[in-house]
Amino acid sequence: MTVIAAHATPTRWWHSRAAYRFMRHHLALAGIAMISLLVLACVIGPYALPYDSLHIDLRARFAPPLSGQHYFGTDPLGRDLAARLLMAGRISLLVGFSAMLLSTLIGTLVGVTAGYRGGWVGAALMRTVDGFLSYPSIFLVLALAATLRPSPVMITVIIAVTSWMETARIVEAEVRSLREREFVQAARMVGLSGKHIMFREILPNAMGPIIVAASLAVARAILLEAYISFLGYGIQPPLPSWGNMLNGAQQYLASAPWLAIIPGAAITIAVTSFNFIGDGLRDALDVRDDHI
Amino acid sequence: MCCRPRPLWPRSALEWCCNANMVPRMSGFLLNRLSQSVVLLVIVSIIGFTVLNLMPGGPLAQFGLDPGMTQKDVERLATQLGLNRPLWIQYLDWAWRLLQGDWGHSFRDGSSVLAVIGRHLLATLLLMGTSTAFAIAVGAWIGIRGATHRYSLFDYCATVGAMVALSVPTFWFGLIGIYIFTLKLGWVPAGNMYTIGDGSVLDYLHHLILPSLVLSLVHVAIWSRYMRTATLDALSQDFVKTARAKGVSERRILLKHVVGNALLPMITLAGMQLPSILTGALVTETVFTWPGMGRLFLDSLGYSDYPVVMGLLIFSAILVVLGNLIADIIIATVDPRIRLG
Repeated sequence: MTVIAAHATPTRWWHSRAAYRFMRHHLALAGIAMISLLVLACVIGPYALPYDSLHIDLRARFAPPLSGQHYFGTDPLGRDLAARLLMAGRISLLVGFSAMLLSTLIGTLVGVTAGYRGGWVGAALMRTVDGFLSYPSIFLVLALAATLRPSPVMITVIIAVTSWMETARIVEAEVRSLREREFVQAARMVGLSGKHIMFREILPNAMGPIIVAASLAVARAILLEAYISFLGYGIQPPLPSWGNMLNGAQQYLASAPWLAIIPGAAITIAVTSFNFIGDGLRDALDVRDDHI
Repeated sequence: MCCRPRPLWPRSALEWCCNANMVPRMSGFLLNRLSQSVVLLVIVSIIGFTVLNLMPGGPLAQFGLDPGMTQKDVERLATQLGLNRPLWIQYLDWAWRLLQGDWGHSFRDGSSVLAVIGRHLLATLLLMGTSTAFAIAVGAWIGIRGATHRYSLFDYCATVGAMVALSVPTFWFGLIGIYIFTLKLGWVPAGNMYTIGDGSVLDYLHHLILPSLVLSLVHVAIWSRYMRTATLDALSQDFVKTARAKGVSERRILLKHVVGNALLPMITLAGMQLPSILTGALVTETVFTWPGMGRLFLDSLGYSDYPVVMGLLIFSAILVVLGNLIADIIIATVDPRIRLG
């Protein structure tokens, strides 16, 4: 009953139906919890660990997990894997978030413009989206990462400019349907500028799909960063990232499997969490599931 | 803006740009779909040309590495090759050479880029084909079972499992696979396509198992989600009720009515998944030292062999565009609803 009362007076966003539905989504809550723990660990963890992520101890090379104070063991240079994992988490999560913000920005701008303007502008923009989507993302990312200087900022930009298309597509479809609604016609009749209608009238109504796409975009960006860093064209050592920690792990697979297992598990946990959150948001915001 | 009268353009790319679904006849459909692909290929090539010009040294990168070439020589060559002409003329020239099959020559051994790609194409197609077949078979089984036993433990596990599978980095799954099945159990080899000196079919299959399993994981997840939705959709249709009323067995309903209706969109989905399969193939080939296009791409990047890198980039995009075109044509041939809009 209290629920119905809350629905009747949605004064604050956390009283809204969407927030209520989100709180009922167990997987999404689990995702939020896991991500919070992960972020917390990456932010304060390195200060709490006894070893620095760059401290080399050649006498303690390949120490297995749980040996002494090395909770996750050590790498071929005797660096503490736990410390490196948490420092790498900072980079990987930061790159993932920033790439998401940038790609969502690009995708939204393109989508809103194409959806609202329509006609030739819209057609040209959406065909560009199709063109980018025809490239397998990793080929494009690798070619760009190998030619431009791979600093973390550049990696973020490269990931963003190769993954804004999904958002653009979703936003374009949403805006195209919103464009015909009465409130937009009213705004046009009042004489508001196109810019005002696009970003002040239509965009707030298209936020649901954008938020869902953004949460899935973080997952994709983290994965993509891991792929290219694993292949050696992403974040460059000594700066650790979850991907480049796996870069040399294959040759030690027989003698030191934890080098491969632990960073990969971290990636999987982070990406799974964001996918869970995205799934919960999709259910909560009632976004139609177009792509499977 | 929405009320502007539409001009009467011919049925062509022009028309497609403004409205995609208004084609009444098959020939019209084909023509329209073909022109879409041509427009798409032009855009794809423009993107590729931009990437080419971003590369250090641009199209002359190969001579930057040659100690016998001075800066002056490079400039003279640039003039000779017309690299100081306006960009759009350069683009047309480059695209024209692509069309004629002149994709440049590899820096490494001087053979033509198309020949190099051709040497690696089959290995990739073999890997992609096997893993897709496996993904469809397993994914369909999981999806159909999930839909018939909706909200059961199996369904719940399959749903969560699919989301986790979509989050696992392919290369990590590959490493884990090698650790378990090669290092611990010793069942399959850790890499390469065949044992040197043993070219039997069984040997090929033996090497193929693990990489194709690894590559298929993500797609098993996607196919199972698709099949679950499609099955649930079909099960709620009237023709299923009719069949049940007539006493058709549940198994027959599933196999004939449900799977039959899910088959067609599967072709589109397979086309749409091409880019992600190629991405997965690149990573899988790296982990398993599989001699395919992905491996070639990485090797060429390592050697700064830009003609091959560019060639593979464009080639993969063309593969995707053509794959989608073929998928659409197959569907339109089989299903009149599509081409009649």
